[in-house]
Amino acid sequence: MSMATATAQPAGQTIERENYLNKHYGVGSWLLTTDHKRISLLYLISITFFFFIGGFFALLIRLELLTPVGDLVQADTYNKLFTMHGMVMVFFFLIPSIPAVLGNFLVPMMIGAKDLAFPRINLLSWYLYVIGGVMMLHCMLTGGVDTGWTFYVPFSTAFSNTKVIEAGLAIFVAGFSSILTGLNFIVTIHRMRAPGMTWSRLPLFIWAHYATSIIQILGTPVIAITLVLVVAERALHLGIFDPKLGGDPLLFQHLFWFYSHPAVYIMILPSMGIVSEIIACFSRKRIFGYGFVAISSISIAVFGFLVWAHHMFVAGISVYAALVFSILSYAVAVPSAVKVFNWTATLYKGSIRYEAPMLYAFGFLGLFTIGGLTGLFLACLGVDMHVHDTYFVIAHFHYIMVGGALMGYLGGMHFWWPKISGKLYPEGWARLAALIVFIGFNLTFFPQFILGYLGMPRRYYQYPPEFQVLNVLSTAGATVLGIGYLLPMIYFLWSMRYGKPAPDNPWHAAGLEWKTPSPPTTFNFEEEPVVTWEAYNYEELDAHPDEEAPSVG
Amino acid sequence: MFDNFPLWPDRASTAAGNVDALFIFLLIVSGLMTALIFTAVVYFAARYRRQRGVLAEQIEGSTPLELTWSIIPLFVFMAIFAWGAVVYFKSRTPPRDSTEVYVVAKQWMWKLEHAEGQREINELHVPVGRDVKLIMTSQDVIHSFYVPAFRMKQDVLPGRYTVAWFRAIKPGTYHLFCTQYCGTQHSGMIGSIIVQEPAQYEAWMSGGTTGPLSATGEKIFAELGCVTCHRTDSQGRGPNLQGVFGKPVQLEDGRSVMADENYIRECILDPGAKRVKGFQPIMPTFQGLVSEEQLNALVAYVKSLAPPGTAAGATKTAAVVLPQHVAQDAPEKAQPTGSQVQ
Amino acid sequence: MSDSQAAAVPGGAHSEAQSDPHAEAHNPALLHHFATEQQQRDSASLGMWIFLATEVMFFGGLFCAYLIYRGWYFGDFAAASKSIDAALGGANTAVLICSSLTVVLAIWAAQTSRRALLIGMLILTMLFGLTFLGIKGKEYKDKFDEHHVPGASFSFDHVPIPGHPDQYANPKHAQIFFALYFIMTGLHALHMIVGLGLFAWLLWMAWKGRFTPEYHTPLEIGGLYWHFVDIVWIYLFPLLYLIDRHP
Repeated sequence: MSMATATAQPAGQTIERENYLNKHYGVGSWLLTTDHKRISLLYLISITFFFFIGGFFALLIRLELLTPVGDLVQADTYNKLFTMHGMVMVFFFLIPSIPAVLGNFLVPMMIGAKDLAFPRINLLSWYLYVIGGVMMLHCMLTGGVDTGWTFYVPFSTAFSNTKVIEAGLAIFVAGFSSILTGLNFIVTIHRMRAPGMTWSRLPLFIWAHYATSIIQILGTPVIAITLVLVVAERALHLGIFDPKLGGDPLLFQHLFWFYSHPAVYIMILPSMGIVSEIIACFSRKRIFGYGFVAISSISIAVFGFLVWAHHMFVAGISVYAALVFSILSYAVAVPSAVKVFNWTATLYKGSIRYEAPMLYAFGFLGLFTIGGLTGLFLACLGVDMHVHDTYFVIAHFHYIMVGGALMGYLGGMHFWWPKISGKLYPEGWARLAALIVFIGFNLTFFPQFILGYLGMPRRYYQYPPEFQVLNVLSTAGATVLGIGYLLPMIYFLWSMRYGKPAPDNPWHAAGLEWKTPSPPTTFNFEEEPVVTWEAYNYEELDAHPDEEAPSVG
Repeated sequence: MFDNFPLWPDRASTAAGNVDALFIFLLIVSGLMTALIFTAVVYFAARYRRQRGVLAEQIEGSTPLELTWSIIPLFVFMAIFAWGAVVYFKSRTPPRDSTEVYVVAKQWMWKLEHAEGQREINELHVPVGRDVKLIMTSQDVIHSFYVPAFRMKQDVLPGRYTVAWFRAIKPGTYHLFCTQYCGTQHSGMIGSIIVQEPAQYEAWMSGGTTGPLSATGEKIFAELGCVTCHRTDSQGRGPNLQGVFGKPVQLEDGRSVMADENYIRECILDPGAKRVKGFQPIMPTFQGLVSEEQLNALVAYVKSLAPPGTAAGATKTAAVVLPQHVAQDAPEKAQPTGSQVQ
Repeated sequence: MSDSQAAAVPGGAHSEAQSDPHAEAHNPALLHHFATEQQQRDSASLGMWIFLATEVMFFGGLFCAYLIYRGWYFGDFAAASKSIDAALGGANTAVLICSSLTVVLAIWAAQTSRRALLIGMLILTMLFGLTFLGIKGKEYKDKFDEHHVPGASFSFDHVPIPGHPDQYANPKHAQIFFALYFIMTGLHALHMIVGLGLFAWLLWMAWKGRFTPEYHTPLEIGGLYWHFVDIVWIYLFPLLYLIDRHP
């Protein structure tokens, strides 16, 4: 490891090796950075901010739903709460989260590059996200929007009295952030792999982000144009979607879901990439069926574009269209199932440790399995007739988004935290938080499956009294879940100041990113690496263990 | 809070049993799969925990295993798909001779009108064992008509009719929910389906009515002047509407469309769109001049027009009640039939 | 295989040219994170192609909506289409095709070190672009005068459907045509304006002598963008202007 010149030391600290965090000080050096690692931290702060806003709305929703009558907030307010919860969580948290934070940080390092292909476009993507975020905040603070995150027409174009145009434009701007991130990743992965880093040697995290990026670049423009049409119709009273003027409200639904279904794969694929990395490392072996897992990521991206109308089975589409989309939806379920089987098989004859990242990975396996299986229920025409637009759907997608994507994100944050910050997080607290999240999550969302089958519709702020018990259980779980999310916030921040310094490779993990210092220097590698080994070379790593013992906080 | 704590919805229609059976099958399949994965994960996690001196065994993979666990789930999925498709198909195909109820959804209430003329708000009385077909439209935004106990749901759209049907099998009162977000009082747009024994239903029915819907339609047909062009005695300037409903119609541009509820509605609101072959484009539009309820009545009237000389009820989807002037051909009942046994 | 340019000095200032006297003199345009100029060129090119793919999807949504409504309301759309000036649209098509030619010539000029030609072609391209926008402006003005702009003052009464002189077009459906017409051509014009800005910047760089036969990547990717804008118009023109035309 090169010992470059030490820089000025903050008082009370020992001499610090120069790294990307301390290379330049000052707000300007952060706001004008082109270093992918700094940009990923900028994103980390922004998306965490929006996560807590979306979470706050969720808390209010669950509080209101403690009682069958509407007594906490007014009906209009409640409608704004669930709308903004959805918009913020989908567009300003889940879609960017893993790609913009962990992807930005790790993609160049995993392939042996100094940065992404277009560092300035990377920074631009963050600014676009922030601009969209500020617009959304302004919209929320000056009246909000109450159309549901799906803003179906003609309600959103001709009936809602809220700031639909502003919200639509905010999402439009933020969408370009997503497109630019995807563009950057694809070019980087194609063009900037280090010598010897062939496609079949890429970590599955990279395959996952590649597949995600394909969806981002092909899908996001469609929601962009849909938003343009909605804004134009609302502002100018056009008739593109308004049946009174010859338009068709179902056209909106098709255009909307053409993006919004693949969008859910944007949210889950990166998380699956993280889970592959964690399970490989904490089982000390290559992922079982590497090739199949890689191909399944691409298949999910491709098939994901073919199933959008499964959100519209009772919307008024023809029976024959429904048949086609149902069968395709089952097709897209196969690669996801294949991944779960491969991850499970990886555990076989592994050498397993249970640090926090692995606990999150286990949590992912369980919760994604349940969430994915309930997708089978929804793809089934006969059942969907009954559970569409009920709490069953809400439970399903929260199992995947929160139980899947968010668990993966947290697992990844724990796994790479030593690399990102140069500090170790406290392992005991981390395991506790993982457990609290798992328990809180199931308590929050499992009752919602039952509520859904009973018939409780979505977006209801008052409900028949026989639904109350399950709602109370759900709210109780939400409180526990909230605590589970607060803990990592606290101890990650704590660790930045008081955590033990991290060695370069605390987990003895495979991957080029672990060959850099913790935290890395600005240009990642002293010399361009030349790769002569396969991914997940744990056999080699464990045959020659480092002198450093694996360390935990 | 605990005295009413159901964990399974009532099963009150013929469809409910089918949907529940399918759901339980899915529960079993999912349960087995979950148990399998959970057991494997827990077992492996415990059995293969890190031990001193024991290295992990690098296993690249196994193509036969990959193919097996791809193909077997695919077959299971296809089976689920097929079963689901059958249930769905049956649910979307109203039987012939269903009793018809016209539904108009608006923010934030349900307006229902029986073919016999009874009007209800947020409530629907139906007899046990009768096939009921709902012909629905919205006055404003998209709503959705959902009766959990019947396992029945259909979005209700502005500008067109959507159709749903059910047959109730158990007397009782069941929730009706709007389940497509529609604005402020979306969660207040709820009502009840009141399923009654046939005798009670008859009693309820006879309690005051404005006359059958199709008769109302006939009145509107005359008031709006439709009868001046759509004559029944000779070829008027507009097509003769007797027997038109439920049959294909040749259009001016060569296409052929089925004259269903949506077609009749479209002809009234946008006459030029699908003009019948051989007629001049002189029909004025009635957009803005008729309400949804009046449209329903007109549609019901056109449906009731059997071709001259045929027995009443011979048209494809006959309304239960026929207007007086056609019913003279056959001694037809003016009351709905008793409960139709399967 | 890794050439000396790839050696990154951790932290510190960029000092390759000084630190290794045997390194080939590298173009100051080579960005730090790329290993070779070839890699930088290839990345820029792939990046632009992917961006164009996103643009295809963006316009695609509009084309999809347009094709659906055109299928449903063919007669009304034909009547509306007749009222926009195909001659002006055709002229614009010719203008854009010529401008794509001048772009290609500009790139050739850069490849063969013909600075004067390069600058001339870039200016000509921009002139063609401005001509396009001017003609478009005239078309829009005509539509405004005829009250064909969707909104409160829209009117399209008693316009016969081509081929069916006895039947009038439904104004509501015609309004959908015009809404899509303005959104599609408006979005296209916006892209054209961005293209003009891009080419102004390229012109400035050419004027400063930044382009050589070895390095003219911005010209190439700018050219790709311009060609794309051209191709979108080539689809828009027949779809919007040439419905149901009879001699």
